[in-house]
This record gives sequence, structure tokens and C-alpha cells, in this order.
Amino acid sequence: MSRSLPLILAFFAAAAASLFAALLFGTFPIPALQVLDSVLFPAPGVVHDVIWQLRMPRALAAFACGGLLALSGTLLQVLLRNPLADPYILGVSGGASLGALTALTLGAGAAMMNSAALAGALAAIAVVFGLSFRRGDWNVYRILLTGVVLSTGLSALISLTLVLAPQAQVQGMLFWLMGDLSYAGDPSWAFLVLAGLTALGIAHSTRLDLLGLGELKAQSLGVAAVPLQLGIFLSAALATVAAVVLGGAIGFVGLLIPHAVRLLGVANHRQLLPLAVLLGGTFLTVADTLARTVIAPQQLPVGVLTALLGVPGMLLLLGRRR
Amino acid sequence: MLGILSTNAITLSVPGRVLCCDLSFTVAPGQIWAILGANGSGKTTLIHALSGLGPCERGTVLLNGEPLASGNSRQRAREIGVLLQQEDAVFWGSVLEYVLLGRFPHARSWLGWSSEDEQAASAAIDEVGLAGFASRRYTTLSGGERQRARIAQILAQAPRLFLLDEPLQHLDLRHQSAVLNLFQRLARDQGRAVMMVLHDTLWPGRFCTHALLIHDDGTVRAGAASEVLDRDSLERLYGCRLQEFAQGAGRYFLPDV
Repeated sequence: MSRSLPLILAFFAAAAASLFAALLFGTFPIPALQVLDSVLFPAPGVVHDVIWQLRMPRALAAFACGGLLALSGTLLQVLLRNPLADPYILGVSGGASLGALTALTLGAGAAMMNSAALAGALAAIAVVFGLSFRRGDWNVYRILLTGVVLSTGLSALISLTLVLAPQAQVQGMLFWLMGDLSYAGDPSWAFLVLAGLTALGIAHSTRLDLLGLGELKAQSLGVAAVPLQLGIFLSAALATVAAVVLGGAIGFVGLLIPHAVRLLGVANHRQLLPLAVLLGGTFLTVADTLARTVIAPQQLPVGVLTALLGVPGMLLLLGRRR
Repeated sequence: MLGILSTNAITLSVPGRVLCCDLSFTVAPGQIWAILGANGSGKTTLIHALSGLGPCERGTVLLNGEPLASGNSRQRAREIGVLLQQEDAVFWGSVLEYVLLGRFPHARSWLGWSSEDEQAASAAIDEVGLAGFASRRYTTLSGGERQRARIAQILAQAPRLFLLDEPLQHLDLRHQSAVLNLFQRLARDQGRAVMMVLHDTLWPGRFCTHALLIHDDGTVRAGAASEVLDRDSLERLYGCRLQEFAQGAGRYFLPDV
């Protein structure tokens, strides 16, 4: 633990800095000192409203969403023992997107849209789980295949919805599909989910390490593999659903943040999980701040920014290693 | 005789073939068993069945007199350690982190390893001659060094019965001998029991007290090494002619080419 203490402190500092930046930047200019003042000593006024009612919930939603995606990606990469696993491999994003788009087509508001996304995501998970888990015959490769097949089918349905939707709604739909935090709402529930799942993951971190060595190896060292795999599946699914309800299908974070932390030399899950959560949250907060300020007042879909920022960063890390 | 592990008429099979039928034997503290057989004869299947990782078609495996299936899996891992023939995943951490995972059955807190765990892991790393490698990344090790790291992990696990599937693979001659000497000391001085799959006809006569020969036709001979290991049965086992050499008290066999 002591060896990676500097890394953990640095990640906490980066997280705090990203959140502060998210409060600082926006169309309405507020000097840094005044932001600090408003955060520490809230007093009614325009500045207070902008900080506490606009920027703060959005920044925290971005952070929670990024943390959840990174957590889910880390868990699924162990469960499926596949470095290319990402949170959407379970068909969650497809299900959520189809739900949200259907709601949009029917002219529903933001709240209704989130409920529809939640319903779609849960339905997709239920299908993947129902098809891949049979009593006494449980195989992680079947989850992978079922998820991939279901996602393909769902993305066909999504394309169909886009083609058939009225022209005026397509813009909103595309934003949703690429990931957008404008409709996130109050993120405090998501932080509870994030904190709970991260703590659970840390508590079982040695079991995760062992499962990474293979199912048989984990069993030989006394891990009850099937209950563990089931727990990972459900935790990852819950994290993904929570993230998707907050911000739509934001790509890249869940796939690559775990790898970025691994490339920094952290392999065991006791450190990997919290570091990935912090880095995922930081990364998405920065990306979202840019998404709403780069060509303000117009907003960009944050999913585009995560890829535009993350790809060069990741390539840099890959090139640096030995 | 009171054993650590005993089998009660177990039958093992793979799809389309019975590997062994109604096999009964007992492994007692201090014994070192060689499991010998041709490729595909069922040595690994037997190791899996004895450790509870694989099923028995019929019969039961008893651990300290209790059916293997009845205990909890962490408790079992404190009694039985398995060195698998192959690991199908890459480990990204250091050698020390890898070896520490062997302490999982003993771990008491989820907050981290205790100093006792860390001492056991370091001692195990020293035992297999990887002392300078503890902080090296596991992926940078050679095949033989990885095999020794895997042996260190099972030493850190410190079970009463070691089930070793080809423990000597990838090892050079010096380390083959060192590993066998190590397990012999554990058996002799600490009363541990060892069962290992070997492919070499030189080592069993030197280090093993007992042998279990699995023939392709499903018959199994199990017993004291002095009774079971002779030229006739080994020739029948491997299907090739052997030459026998005597050196001191040991008898050694080499293919007659």
C-alpha cells in the first residue's frame, strides 16, 4: 500500500482539481477566488446559484458517471478475462439507448427519458443474465457472446429508430447516443452506488486478483468462483446502469481507464479499483467541462470529447512503457 | 492407517473413456507419491478429482476422514495445495504480489496482507532461489523462473498435502533436483504429504516413497515405490523398452534406443 501512496494522493489531488475547474469554467465568468468563497461560505446571490445549482450538480454527475464506468470496466475485464471488455458489453448501453430514444420519439420529457433508459438497460441485463446463467452450468464466455449478440441487435433497432424519427428530434437523439450529461439531475444517489460498489470491490479485491489468474486457480486457492462471478456481474451491471442513466452511453472511459491505471504499474485490485474510479471520475469531469465550454454557448456531446482527449493520452502512455 | 487424503473406490472418466475404476488408496503424512502414466492417461484428471476441482464419476475422496465436498473451500485450500499444470492467464503484478496470493486461504483481513503472510511469501521466494526477483514483474520472468514462482506460491500456501501437476516442467536439472529436495524435506521434517505427476523415470526411484501408475487400459497400480516401480511395469506403462541401471540403493530406467 505504501508504495502506491504517492499515486493515490496524486489521483485525489487531480480529482479535486478537476472538480474545481468544472466549477470555475463556464459561460458566466466567475473569478477563482469567488468560486472558492462560494463553495466554502455559501451565501445567496447569482454566483451562488450558478455554482451550486448549475455547475456543482453537473460536475458531480460527471465525476460519478466516470467513476462508475471505470469501476464497471475494471470488474468486467476481470470477470471475462478479456482486456477489451467494456461496460457496454452486457448490452446495457443498447438497451438504455433504445429505451431513451423510444421515449424521445414519443415526446417524453427528461425524467421520463431517464426512466425509459433505466427500463431498457435492466431489460437488456435480464436477457443477458437469463440466457447465460443456467443453474449448474455457468460460463463467462456465454455472457460475452450473448452480450455482443444482443448489442448488435439493439444497435440495429437504434439505427432504425434514428431513420424513422422526425428530423427535429434526431439531434437530441444523437447527443444521447454519444453521451451527454445535460439531463443528469441530482447525482447524490449515484455517489452512494459508486461508494458502495467500490467498497465491496476493495473488500473482495484478493478474490478478484485470484479470479484474474483463472477460474480453476482461484478455486484451488479457496475462492468460491461461481458466487464471485455472479457478484461481479451484478455489480458491474448496476454500475453501468447507474452511469447510463446519468449520462447516456459515454464511450471510452470504461474500456481504457482501467488500462491506463495498469500501465502506471498498479496490478492488484485493492489499489486498481479505487485508482480507476478516481481517474475515471477526473477524466470525465475534465471532458465534460470542455464539452460545455469549448464552443460555448453551444455544447458538445461529452462522449466525443472523451475519445478526443483519451486517445492521445492513452497512446502516450503506451509508447512510454519500456 | 490414518491418512490426510484417501479415496474410496473412485471412478474417473472423460467423455468416451474410463480413466480408472474403483481406485482406492491412502496418502499419509511424510509420503511422497509419483503419479506416472502416458500422455492422456488421466494424471491431471486425477489431480483435479483429488483436490475437489473436478468431479468423480463414482466414489468419494476423503480429506482427514471427511468427504472432500463437505468442507468449505477456503478451509480445504489450507489442507490441499494444487500446482496446476498450466495457468491460462497473465499476471501483471510483481513476483512478491503473485506469491502472496497463495496466502489467501490464511488471510484474516480484507484490508491487506499481515506481516505473517509477507514473511511466509518472502521465505517461499527464498526457498526457490528467486530472492533477487521479488519486486520484478511476473511477466518478465523466464519459463523456468515462472515455474519456480508458482512453486513459491504453493509453498506460501503451506498446505498439508501438495498435489503437484508436473512440478518439474521448464526447470533445469539443478532446479529439478532442488525442488525435489525441497519437497522431500517438507515431507520428512514437517510431515507434509506430496503427490506429483512426473514424466521422468529417473527421479521417482530417488525421491518417491510411493507410486501410482495409470495405464491406458484403465488399470491402476498404487503402492510402495519398491513394489510398484520395476522395469516390467514401467515398460508396460510407457509402451517402450527400458534399460535398468543400479547405483547404490537406487534403480534408474532409461529408454532402450
